[in-house]
Amino acid sequence: MPDVVRLHYDVDGENFMAAGEASSAVKNVLRRLGFGEDLVRRAAICLYEGEINMVIHANGGAIDVSVSPQAIEMVLQDQGDGIPDIEQAMREGFSTASDRVRDLGFGAGMGLPNMRRYADSLEVTSEPGKGTRVLMTLRIAPV
Amino acid sequence: MIVVELAARLDAKVLCGSEAALGRAVRGAYAGDLLSWVMGRAQAGTAWVTIMSNMNVAAVALLTDVSCVVLSENVTPDEALLVRAAREELVLLSTPLSTYDACWRIREGLADAAVL
Ligand SMILES: Nc1ncnc2c1ncn2[C@@H]1O[C@H](COP(=O)(O)OP(=O)(O)OP(=O)(O)O)[C@@H](O)[C@H]1O
Ligand SMILES: [Mg+2]
Repeated sequence: MPDVVRLHYDVDGENFMAAGEASSAVKNVLRRLGFGEDLVRRAAICLYEGEINMVIHANGGAIDVSVSPQAIEMVLQDQGDGIPDIEQAMREGFSTASDRVRDLGFGAGMGLPNMRRYADSLEVTSEPGKGTRVLMTLRIAPV
Repeated sequence: MIVVELAARLDAKVLCGSEAALGRAVRGAYAGDLLSWVMGRAQAGTAWVTIMSNMNVAAVALLTDVSCVVLSENVTPDEALLVRAAREELVLLSTPLSTYDACWRIREGLADAAVL
């Protein structure tokens, strides 16, 4: 495989019924690259939670994934309203999801906690009114 | 116990699923309707029992790699979920049982198959 594989996806903010397509695509690529089930699964969970958050809370955004021999790095950048209090947002159970979105099964306030749990590192930076950037890294164990 | 055997135990209709997918082993169960709980906790190969019927169910099922989705309480899937599940060869079952009873029968099936 080439040294670094780079993937880019634009995530549509309108269509939250189809959300998860970028995560599925990345999962398939990681599988094809031959990574273990556990790593692929953790990456898919992290990316899905980030992707769906951009759709639900930020009207869409962009995903950049790079896979090097050392790590999988996933950057999610949006131009949404941002997160005023990141510490609060990271808490299990905290959610500002609307009733409409909750009816679909979102809004448990478990997305960011899932990302923290399954990524080796998670960095959230946000500027209210300007947008949010989420960086997640999963280390690849040397074989 | 494989998925099609589970369907019989649940008196479930097989709404969609390829032959290969129906032959997959069932390793346990997870019940839940809040998607990020399922996303974070459901293990690969388990049967996911839920009353949610929208298309996001397909995304969560595929990403967690569960062996099948069991719609309890006779829930019928939205058309979009059915289409996506069929396209991705995901098994959707619909059972008249409650979530509790469905999980009970899955447990019985696993015990009979000596998985537990
Ligand atoms: N990209 C984002 N832009 C703006 N706000 C966000 C973004 N991501 C998360 N948030 C805020 O952080 C809160 C917590 O996010 P988290 O993913 O943990 O839960 P949720 O999306 O509300 O529900 P769940 O993920 O369980 O369906 C959200 O309710 C929202 O207020
Ligand atoms: Mg979320």
